[in-house]
Amino acid sequence: MTNSQLTDILLRLGDDSLVLSQRLGEWCGHAPILEEDIALTNIALDLLGQTQSYLTLAGSLLENPQTDDELAFHRDASEFQNLLLLEQPNGDFGDTIARQFLFDVYSLLKVQHLEAQSVNTDIAAVAAKAVKEIRYHVDHSSKWVIRLGDGTPRSHDRIQKSINALWKFTDEMFISDESDNAGTKAGLLPDSSSMKTEWLSRIKSTLNEAGLTIPENVNMKSGGRKGQHSEHLSIMLEEMQVLPRLHPGANW
Amino acid sequence: MSNNNWPLWEVFIRSKQGLSHRHVGSLHAADAEMAIGNARDVYTRRQEGVSLWVVPASEITASSPDDTEKLFDPANDKVYRHPTFFVLPKEVDHM
Repeated sequence: MTNSQLTDILLRLGDDSLVLSQRLGEWCGHAPILEEDIALTNIALDLLGQTQSYLTLAGSLLENPQTDDELAFHRDASEFQNLLLLEQPNGDFGDTIARQFLFDVYSLLKVQHLEAQSVNTDIAAVAAKAVKEIRYHVDHSSKWVIRLGDGTPRSHDRIQKSINALWKFTDEMFISDESDNAGTKAGLLPDSSSMKTEWLSRIKSTLNEAGLTIPENVNMKSGGRKGQHSEHLSIMLEEMQVLPRLHPGANW
Repeated sequence: MSNNNWPLWEVFIRSKQGLSHRHVGSLHAADAEMAIGNARDVYTRRQEGVSLWVVPASEITASSPDDTEKLFDPANDKVYRHPTFFVLPKEVDHM
């Protein structure tokens, strides 16, 4: 595994949590109930903490080292390597929960492996802290999927629609390029095909309990890992980055 | 944020040093599981606790304010119920 491959792996971890964190932050003051408003923003803050650790590590590996803030605020959309799933707009509460659920289960499997591996102890230390947070995220989003799926006919239809609409972004989680393959070969990353099997079985088991189904014959979309994003990401970044770009080095 | 019809729950937290759970506030949740999750998110964000209880507010029987005199006033002139007249040895000074 080369330095630049390791940087890719770290940027993907950091960008996934950063973009999702920013999306969840958009719920602040808008969630259906106060308790859930706090829950979503708590999760956003967990993810932001993970972002800081991953991006700090990524930035230190660069030829011209950069800080976590520089990476977060001074890269354009095409330099972000997050999953397309995570930049999707929040939609309604069900859309947000569906997106969260599909990602949380994936994220937990990935981070559990990162915690257990001994190839990179810095990453293992970050993962050891993150894994406890993500376990709670999985619990939170899974229970909501079950509650909505198994709730009223209306809530069932709406969460099923959300799952259907987002399913096309799920394949991307398990597509590996050279950097991912090098990470897997070195033992840093889990094997993506066995991770996909495990992910699918966990997703199915929760959806079953919720009375929901996986949509069939979906045309899968990908490209986020290569910096090919939807316009949703650039619009989101514009808002997220405007202040540090207008006032570089601003402090408070 | 819209109003909801979810029941009210009372939240009790045992802190790290605390021996017993203490009432900290209330929240809305559709079921007990959600109430625990919400209590965790709303009331333990700053490391307040190591254990949570949630109780449906409707299950709590409270004394009536009208009964205050009847229930509590009779204790007013019974200072002898406080064991303050005993001299304690120094070793047990902090009772």
